[in-house]
Amino acid sequence: MTDGGPEGPRAGAAPVLELRGLSRTFERDPPVYALRQVDLTIWPGEWLAILGPSGSGKSTLLNVLGLLDRQTEGVYRFEGVDVNELDDLRRAGLRGRRIGFIFQAFHLLPHRSVLENVMLAELYIGAPRRGRQQRALAALERVGLLERADFLPTRLSGGQRQRAAIARALMGEPSLLLCDEPTGNLDTKSAANVLDILGQLSREGLTLVVITHDEQVAARADRRVRIVDGTLGEVEAAAAGSGRG
Amino acid sequence: MRLVRLRRRAEDQGAAAGLRPHLAGPDLLEEALASLTARPGRAVLTALGTVMGVAALVATLGLSKTAGNQIVGRFDALAATDIVVAPKAAAAGRATSAGGLPWDAEARVTRLNGVVAAGSLSDVDLRGDLIRSVPVNDPVAQTEFQLPVKAASPGLFQAVRAELAAGRLPDAGHSARADRVAVVGSNVAEQLHVTRIEDQPAIFLGDRLYVVIGVISGVARQSSLLGSIVIPEGTAGRDFGLAAPASVQVETRIGAANLIAGQLPLALSPTDPTLLKVTAPPEPRRVRAGVQSDLNALFLLLGAVSLFIGAVGIANVTLVSVLERVGEIGLRRSLGAARRHIAGQFLLESTTLGLLGGVLGAALGTLVVVGVAASRTWTPVLEPWVPLGAPLLGGTIGLLSGIYPSVRAAALEPVEALRSTM
Repeated sequence: MTDGGPEGPRAGAAPVLELRGLSRTFERDPPVYALRQVDLTIWPGEWLAILGPSGSGKSTLLNVLGLLDRQTEGVYRFEGVDVNELDDLRRAGLRGRRIGFIFQAFHLLPHRSVLENVMLAELYIGAPRRGRQQRALAALERVGLLERADFLPTRLSGGQRQRAAIARALMGEPSLLLCDEPTGNLDTKSAANVLDILGQLSREGLTLVVITHDEQVAARADRRVRIVDGTLGEVEAAAAGSGRG
Repeated sequence: MRLVRLRRRAEDQGAAAGLRPHLAGPDLLEEALASLTARPGRAVLTALGTVMGVAALVATLGLSKTAGNQIVGRFDALAATDIVVAPKAAAAGRATSAGGLPWDAEARVTRLNGVVAAGSLSDVDLRGDLIRSVPVNDPVAQTEFQLPVKAASPGLFQAVRAELAAGRLPDAGHSARADRVAVVGSNVAEQLHVTRIEDQPAIFLGDRLYVVIGVISGVARQSSLLGSIVIPEGTAGRDFGLAAPASVQVETRIGAANLIAGQLPLALSPTDPTLLKVTAPPEPRRVRAGVQSDLNALFLLLGAVSLFIGAVGIANVTLVSVLERVGEIGLRRSLGAARRHIAGQFLLESTTLGLLGGVLGAALGTLVVVGVAASRTWTPVLEPWVPLGAPLLGGTIGLLSGIYPSVRAAALEPVEALRSTM
């Protein structure tokens, strides 16, 4: 069970999220204990890697962190708010505004241009239509994909697709970027490229949580935790500062 | 520090309370249209069922209306301009002098504005006399007949629209002089061996000799005339004691029948109009309603069946679309969409498809109505609410058939939805 990072709680800063004694049990026969008594605190600007083999509960943890699923036990505070007390509608609103998602499968709409895909991010959060295109172009510029704005995703390489997805996640100015195997579908070069962008975002102060089974991807993070059979443990000898300039 | 943190927490709680997701109407519309236009071919094919259903409905409604109008139009030409006046039964019993129709009935009626033609018609009582044609030496052939004999005023032939096969019609002079002339219906002409009018064929009514001056080949009213022998009224009065005309046949202008029917008793029997019985055509509107309700019931049933098939088509394709777009649904949920937003988008997509089908169907149906009407030289008739309501109907069909797929889409767990690839 871990609390705080190697750098510890920063003065004057509140954690982005806190898990206390969090469990997720699936009511099956026999019951599946996907998460057991997880304690975790993530501080602003931190890059956390969650390592684990498939079936270890890391997807469940991602879903709970992303407010896509509810814990069966314990407390989850996101920016100080006990999210279990919010109704589904407010959880959806919080998810749309404060959390950006990066998926292994990119999840870009195939018939919409890259720009339109990025603009989707503001669809459900009540952002004004005016200026949406400019904000989307700015997000694409951050990931270096400005010149591909009018392309269909099907004409992009895997790395470019993931960068478009990152631009979409950045669009709503989230306080947390949740990445689920962000390089899982990419070749080594594209993966390095995507990780470089994540590193740059981390340096700019964005809080990142990357879920992966790949040690090399995890090595880029400030802090690593390992999840095995639903139990979270700190990985020692973290190479702090590898992703931070 | 603790204070600062507490304050921040309070602010965040407040912010979270206002953090409901929000989807603007234009955005929703844009998303639905973008999804539909992403696969235009599929959208059109999906809407095809509704197109056919709505087109069938519009076409059947329009055609039944057009055809019904046409049927009524034929009625109108004859029936709606046809009036017959006769003395009431009681008056007919007293007969002859007081209560009957006047000899100058034709002149009195023709003076009325709106009357096209009029003439009086009476049955002539031969008191048992038979009718003979000029004897032919054929012992087997029958030479004596019992045939109806009628007396008519000159205007009657116009009032029943009589067509002559040969010869001429009796005029006022024949009646005034009580000439013994007759016209015969085509049905009896052969029986009486009346073939060539030029030969001035003669027939005997009892023992009186009449010259046949014309043969009637067709009438639009009083079809019994075709099986009768018709003699002038004046002749009937002198030879057979006809006291007064038994009835008056009137043809009016279209639309004037009811007015004339009201005026006739007064014109013919000013001293006691109640003695006359006027047979006027029924209200044309009621005839029309009767004809159309029968046709419409069948046609509407057909249209409803095709619409049902269209609805099932939309429901089916929308459901397939939901299953295909599981990943997209998960993505939208991750971007902050509530279940209602997902359901709303699929509902709007299916409604738009239905609406599209309704618009195309209304256009197609109207074309069919116009095309059929043109090929039969009918006047196309279409209630304005039919083509205007058709898109509305299509939209409703789309909305209804989208309900189940939308509920399925909204019920998808984002967790599972996001695992699928797009």
